[in-house]
Amino acid sequence: MKPRLWHFHGGLKLEGHKAMSMHEAVVQADIPRRLVLPLQQHIGEPAEPIVEIGDSVLKNQVIAQASDYVSVPVHAPTSGTVISIEDHPVPHPSGMSAACIIIETDGKDIAIETNTTPVDYKNLEASALRNLIREAGIVGLGGAGFPSFIKLNPGPDARVETLILNGAECEPYITCDAMLMQDSPRKIIDGLLIMRHALNIDKCIIAIEDNKKAAHTMLVNALREDETSFINVIQIPTLYPAGGEKQIIKVVTGKEVPSHGLPIDVGVVCHNVGTAAAVADAILNRQPLIERYITVTGDAVKQPRNLRVRFGTSVESLLKQCEGYDVQQCIMGGPMMGFELTSQSIPVIKTTNCLLTSRKKYHAPTSMPCIRCGECAKACPAQLLPQQLYWYARAKDFDKIQDYNLFDCIECGCCAYVCPSHIPLVQYYRFAKTEIWAMERDKQKSDIARERHEFRLYRMERKKVEDEERKRRKKALLKAAAGDKTTEDDKKKAAIEAALARVKAKREQQNSQAKNVNEEELTEAQKKAIAEVEERRIKAREKQQIKIEENKEESGSS
Amino acid sequence: MILRSSPYDNQPTSINRVMQAVIYSLIPGTLVMIHFFGWGVAINLAIAITTAVISEALILKIRKRPLKPFLMDGSAILTGILLALAIPTLSPWWLVFLGTAFAIIIGKQLYGGLGYNPFNPAMVGYVMLLIAFPQEMTAWINPLDHSLTVKDFFNYSFFSELPANRTYDEITMATVLDTVKTNLNLNSTLHEIRSGNEALFGGLAGKGWEWINIMFLIGGFILLFIRVITWHIPVAFLGSLFFISAFFNGVDSDFYATPLFHLFSGGAMLAAFFIATDPVTAATTNKGKIYYGIGIGALTYIIRTWGGYPDGVAFAVLIMNMAVPTIDYYTQPRVFGQENK
Repeated sequence: MKPRLWHFHGGLKLEGHKAMSMHEAVVQADIPRRLVLPLQQHIGEPAEPIVEIGDSVLKNQVIAQASDYVSVPVHAPTSGTVISIEDHPVPHPSGMSAACIIIETDGKDIAIETNTTPVDYKNLEASALRNLIREAGIVGLGGAGFPSFIKLNPGPDARVETLILNGAECEPYITCDAMLMQDSPRKIIDGLLIMRHALNIDKCIIAIEDNKKAAHTMLVNALREDETSFINVIQIPTLYPAGGEKQIIKVVTGKEVPSHGLPIDVGVVCHNVGTAAAVADAILNRQPLIERYITVTGDAVKQPRNLRVRFGTSVESLLKQCEGYDVQQCIMGGPMMGFELTSQSIPVIKTTNCLLTSRKKYHAPTSMPCIRCGECAKACPAQLLPQQLYWYARAKDFDKIQDYNLFDCIECGCCAYVCPSHIPLVQYYRFAKTEIWAMERDKQKSDIARERHEFRLYRMERKKVEDEERKRRKKALLKAAAGDKTTEDDKKKAAIEAALARVKAKREQQNSQAKNVNEEELTEAQKKAIAEVEERRIKAREKQQIKIEENKEESGSS
Repeated sequence: MILRSSPYDNQPTSINRVMQAVIYSLIPGTLVMIHFFGWGVAINLAIAITTAVISEALILKIRKRPLKPFLMDGSAILTGILLALAIPTLSPWWLVFLGTAFAIIIGKQLYGGLGYNPFNPAMVGYVMLLIAFPQEMTAWINPLDHSLTVKDFFNYSFFSELPANRTYDEITMATVLDTVKTNLNLNSTLHEIRSGNEALFGGLAGKGWEWINIMFLIGGFILLFIRVITWHIPVAFLGSLFFISAFFNGVDSDFYATPLFHLFSGGAMLAAFFIATDPVTAATTNKGKIYYGIGIGALTYIIRTWGGYPDGVAFAVLIMNMAVPTIDYYTQPRVFGQENK
């Protein structure tokens, strides 16, 4: 039965270039002398190192722990010694450096001893299952790297109906998911079953672009009889960017994730097929995430292929294994959304799916002015007006650009690809987004500063009012005293008398209310003793009161 | 090191190719125009293209912009071609020169050049000429008079010399649109006008003009087919012109011309497919393009029927150019994941 499919707006039919890296079977990549493990290989807070320089570590050992809710641990991909914890260039479009744990490998690849019995996940609470997935360091392997356990926690109010496994792999050149689906279809299905259990849902869909027939067949064949009733492996038309989360949900379910919303808002959870395999490894083999399939391809490697690579392996080492030569440009990711690497010492991380090499550096033709032809709007899968966004990004009109829904842009690059003026449109949108985020941060900061300043003004004002009030009272007191036309002594005396009167009044008040309990029950002698004590206390208090009053007078008049 | 953001690939399109496609699609109409109105069309084209390129180069030089990419993009040439096709074929060289220079320098470059001009440059040049030189701009030769040679056109254009024994007034005549308008103002009915000027009318509209319009329509189909333009503007423009003229024709066929007459007269087809579709000055959203086209169609009809000029296409385009920013703002498409507005 052919399931009904939907379309998303725009998109591009691109040359796949996929066959070139699919001829060779996937093998384990060499483990180099040094592994560089960034503490942040996911979206969220970086992990915190729990090893020190000089520590010996074993394969699968946790070397950095999750520091926050949106964070996952990092495991040692092999055995060796921690030689440094320092900033090192990491995969990032800006070419920046960030904190990394650097391990000198010992070549023995000895694993830490752990319990290896498969988890009986069917009898496990969803939260415990999520915890195991988190402890295995699993993040979305499709590219964004969002911690997977969070996506498996829809919250008490959410109603999840469908779990979609994304095997679209819509970007040209990349074949790591296709190879994984061909090599380990059962593992992917097992992972799917675990996720399905964690989400407590029934219906699952595995969606694959129809240019990956072999992967589709393998997955269909790997399904067990009873699973076919709730797992649907379907082919979707090959159209970039069909693998975008919002796009694949639209194609498969017809539902549109709301602008600024999440898939959960339409009852869908979406994971990459690679993530599912990693989950199966974590739960059934107790194997944390330390390696993945990576495509090394392009015209600057003699042997384009897929490798199973330990995280932290340098790009240089991988290119060497694939007989790279004259590599003028190396892109991490695909040609549409990847980024150019500034150095070959950069390590591969959990979100690395492809290294695309080229013997010729890509030089975009000279940009011409926008002629508003609208080709970009035709291609935009988010149904935006890229030509207008460009106009306002150039003018730095950041209010208007948000009127035109800049933040719905998924940066797929379709607009820039079709632009007859060859304008690097995505670059403009990234610039605008960064500027707006910076402005918002500044605004927050200045809001706090303004609040502080306003509070200070208020405090000073209050102090002034209080001071004046005090002065006024003092003056009134002095005036009253002066009105009696008495001398200083008289004044003092008057003050003392006033104080005495106050004390007396107080005492009477006390006497009238707060007496000890059950006075009737006391003996006469007791009563007398109490009275005496009381009297002494009152006298002492009076004296004290007078003294205070005197002091006050003195300090007041001086 | 300069980092370029993704994507690292692009489609092999360019402005140059877009402009080339438009220029090639103009060829059928242009050839038929040469057939009916003589080699003056070619002379005007040559003058206009030369002037356009030189004006563009001059201003680019003054503005210290790179010459090569902007001269090679073909946009100035296209402006020259469109304007030349709108100027009467028996015209002095300075008319074409002035119009083209004005179109490129004032209409385009002073606004910032390619991509920044709010008004269609060819129409800016045309309207300037129409207002400044109304007589020269409305006198076309008889489409059936094939007696003028290349030399005759050349001599008139550059030396103001007419062939021996012939006068300007004898050679030139008012266009069909002009004749209809003038006579309607004299309270003649369309039937009377038609029978009084049998030689002017063809099957659909004016003799010659109808064929030129048909050929531009074919050129327009080519542009649609190769996806250089979308259907929105031509369909909206021609549709609104059709329905409005059909309505008035239905009300009183003595005084309001038929829809077909309107569609195949004057610059209707040239404007619908080649001028109103200029992406720089047209609305950019699909819905906006429809409003924009409807506006041009309606204004063209209003000016032709009740205005002071025989054809209203150029004014209609310029007026709607002004409305484009507003149209675009209010016709944004529904963004993915947003509720229907």
